[in-house]
Amino acid sequence: MLQPAKPAPALYEARKTVHNRRIDGPFRRFKWLVMAVTLAIYYGTPWLRWDRGPYAPDQAVLIDLAHRRFYMFGIEIWPQEFYFVAGLLIMAGIGLFLVTSAVGRAWCGYACPQTVWTDLFQHVDRFVDGDRFQRQKLDAAPWTWGKVLRRAFKWSIYVVIGFWTGGAWIMYFADAPTLVREFWSGEAAPIAYVTVAVLTLTTVTLGGFMREQVCIYMCPWPRIQTAMMDENSLLVTYKDWRGEPRGSVKAAEKNPGAVGDCIDCTMCVQVCPTGIDIRQGPQIGCITCALCIDACDRVMAEIGRPRGLIDYATLEDCRAEAAGQPPRPAWKALLRPRTIAYFMIWGSIGLAMLFALGLRSHTGLSVAPDRNPPFMLMSDGSIRNAYTLRLRNMATQPRAMTVALDGLPGAAMWSDTTTREAAARFLTVSVAPDSTHTLRAYVVAPSGTAAAALAFTLTTNDAAHESQRAETTFTAPGDTK
Amino acid sequence: MANKRVDEPTGTETVGHEWDGIEELNTPLPRWWLWTFYLTIVWALVYVVLYPAVPLLDKGTEGTLGWTSRGQLAQDMTLADQSKRSVGEALAAVDITQLPGNPQLMQQAVAGGRAAFRVNCSQCHGSGAAGSQTLGYPNLNDDDWLWGGDLATIEYTITHGVRQPAGDDKRQGAMPAFAGSLDDAQLAALGDHVLSLSGKAPANATGAQLYADNCVACHGPTGAGDRLLGAPKLNDAIWLYGGTREDIVRQVKRPRMGAMPAWHDKLDPVTIKMLAAYVHSLGGGEASEPAQVAAGQKADAATR
Repeated sequence: MLQPAKPAPALYEARKTVHNRRIDGPFRRFKWLVMAVTLAIYYGTPWLRWDRGPYAPDQAVLIDLAHRRFYMFGIEIWPQEFYFVAGLLIMAGIGLFLVTSAVGRAWCGYACPQTVWTDLFQHVDRFVDGDRFQRQKLDAAPWTWGKVLRRAFKWSIYVVIGFWTGGAWIMYFADAPTLVREFWSGEAAPIAYVTVAVLTLTTVTLGGFMREQVCIYMCPWPRIQTAMMDENSLLVTYKDWRGEPRGSVKAAEKNPGAVGDCIDCTMCVQVCPTGIDIRQGPQIGCITCALCIDACDRVMAEIGRPRGLIDYATLEDCRAEAAGQPPRPAWKALLRPRTIAYFMIWGSIGLAMLFALGLRSHTGLSVAPDRNPPFMLMSDGSIRNAYTLRLRNMATQPRAMTVALDGLPGAAMWSDTTTREAAARFLTVSVAPDSTHTLRAYVVAPSGTAAAALAFTLTTNDAAHESQRAETTFTAPGDTK
Repeated sequence: MANKRVDEPTGTETVGHEWDGIEELNTPLPRWWLWTFYLTIVWALVYVVLYPAVPLLDKGTEGTLGWTSRGQLAQDMTLADQSKRSVGEALAAVDITQLPGNPQLMQQAVAGGRAAFRVNCSQCHGSGAAGSQTLGYPNLNDDDWLWGGDLATIEYTITHGVRQPAGDDKRQGAMPAFAGSLDDAQLAALGDHVLSLSGKAPANATGAQLYADNCVACHGPTGAGDRLLGAPKLNDAIWLYGGTREDIVRQVKRPRMGAMPAWHDKLDPVTIKMLAAYVHSLGGGEASEPAQVAAGQKADAATR
């Protein structure tokens, strides 16, 4: 048990900068593609236009916090419909479950913003300072003027990327072309400048300097994912039964059968963006970006051994392969009860949301009866109740709506803009586009009317004839004595 | 005692404790974590210097920025006052009879009046402006007005109050007490006659005669009342002090007459205008006379 005296481990550990080596291969090219698509979506989306007519903004995706509207192409979400956005977030969550149970940490390896931006910044490093060995050399070199200039140049590129990232973010919250003009002429809201400054700082810090530390120390997702994966989830795996014991090509020639396929060239370690050694087995630092597969496959091709010493494989595949059983088809790893269940949940939420979006009404009516006083005796003995009606017009054009009384025979109503002389069973109101119209309605019933249930109905006077109904009560003397 | 050992697969020392066979590796923290910790300490020190922070015996340290929560409140209040100023100026410039022609300003006036009503008027008239029959405070929601229910009249009533000893003579109408001059039988007959004006009792000749002799001057032959004198309508369903014969007889014997403070020396004209707009908006407001509107238009033109 007792170990020989060893220096006590340090309490704190300096970060070892990862200088990952350039590599090309199918997974690297796939990463380029994902990076291009995700960055294009992020930077480009605010500039897409979508014609909604003269009364609504023409930005395709817009989170209009000031007016509490969320526009996404043909869909406009009001605050009370936020469950649609919540549904989208739930779908994103279940989607992560689905992806993780099927193909492991694919999100971490390809699409996570931290991965995409880290990749981008590592390419900047490579562009300014050269590949792995030049960068290691420059890191160890003393601070000469040349190094200072080089670092200043590199870090200014970091800041530009960070600034663009923050700058694109704010475009989602206001009309992009207008905001760009206001931003550069100093007329934009202070929060716009603060947001850009904060996001520039966080982008440069997290993407330029923290990098893999975010995945290893800060992100909760790798911890959650370990609970989501099972023996049938795809992992980037080093096939140790094939690779061990490691030995050089010469050793293999001298003594065939005594050494495995791994020649210990450490290419897999050199290309790793998080600086781990995949040969130590699955670990939290592995984001399954598969660059080590590209690297190992190249080496195996060069020395004429079959590819796939490091490969995407499930634990179950590994067990079967190590035992010498034939590999099973890939669809068996993907189509399992677990992935099918996740897909069904994900799909049914999506279908339910599409269904609800298709059926939702673009009008709304809510009624609040006055409670203080609950009723009013008029000089002719009739009884008046007052109600506050809220008429919602979610369409992007003004609409005339008819509000009518349903029930309480003999009653009539007027509003705060008309007089009792004009009292009738219905009112016609014009509601501005994309807004809620508040209306006070006075309902008067003849003397002696007893308290009764009452409903208001709303019908739009356009071709859609959308209708809503809101139930309330009519209060009369005698029942509140 | 700590029982440290080196964990075989990782080569890392354990912290030396064991819980049900579970041990913890003594993995070093990243250095930047330590820096972040130091940064929070620096942040706290800067905060202590800039902002009120350390409590002393009688008061706390003030901070070099001079920030206080009271100062923040005062600043916010000033900003709120400034944002309200434009509405106040617009309201001060317009005659109240012209308000209905400007729906947006009317809406703002009603909103301001609602707030002012809660502070100044709800003590008597109630927060819903329903008044109180027991206490004799008029209901402001209905369509029965003692002195008149158009915007300008309501504004006048609020400004000058009702039955103020040193106040305006247009709001002084009083009813004599008949306790000594009429006997109980006469009072009962008169009460029945008053009820008959709104069809709640059969007509009787004694009561009609007494009414014609004593009441017609102010309340009118049909009981329509007189707003110039503040004489209530007697032929409708609304009774300020109760609508039974006993209530009416009690009121005839020893009349209760409400008073309201004059608000011109307590509130500014804009607030009074907003209050009038609010009370008018409660559902019983009457339209202004065309002559009033024309006069208001002229007054507006003169002030411009």
